[in-house]
Amino acid sequence: MEITFRHDVDRVFEDAKRQTKPILLDFSAAPM
Amino acid sequence: MAKFVSENFIPARVHVKDDADAFKKYGEKYNAHWTPTILELDPEGEEFWRIEGFLPNDDFLAQLMLGRAQMDFKKGKWAEAEKRFREIYEKLPHADAAPEALYWAGVSHYKASNDSAALKETAQAFKTRYTDSTWAKKASIWA
Repeated sequence: MEITFRHDVDRVFEDAKRQTKPILLDFSAAPM
Repeated sequence: MAKFVSENFIPARVHVKDDADAFKKYGEKYNAHWTPTILELDPEGEEFWRIEGFLPNDDFLAQLMLGRAQMDFKKGKWAEAEKRFREIYEKLPHADAAPEALYWAGVSHYKASNDSAALKETAQAFKTRYTDSTWAKKASIWA
């Protein structure tokens, strides 16, 4: 099973605060 | 890997080219100067762990687990941190992060109990495991 990364990063930060869940933030140059 | 990530994090990816605006904003904020750079942030966005460069699957998972354990440790959640550190060397004993996890499991146990025996036992454990690691040297003072 692949990790499903979100790209709406601003929203991720809002959701993390609301859910009190840490964030895994991946800076990548790999082909999408 | 995916299970651990989904249970512990909201995963987000910023692509240096395809997400150029986000990369400018967050790459500068978190000083990401190389890819891959993977950050573990608490819910408020504070950085707790950083992985730079590619790692094979088991080593990458062990690093992710180590970072998540360190987040609990740095927030003073000793019991949770110890459990997470132990899981690393029990599930991934050959990963590069395993000796570091053994060290910090001992420290977490000591922090929770204030019993120096926890450190002594950790030093003892390093006499049979990961004997050549830096972490064995660091623990040797507790013997």
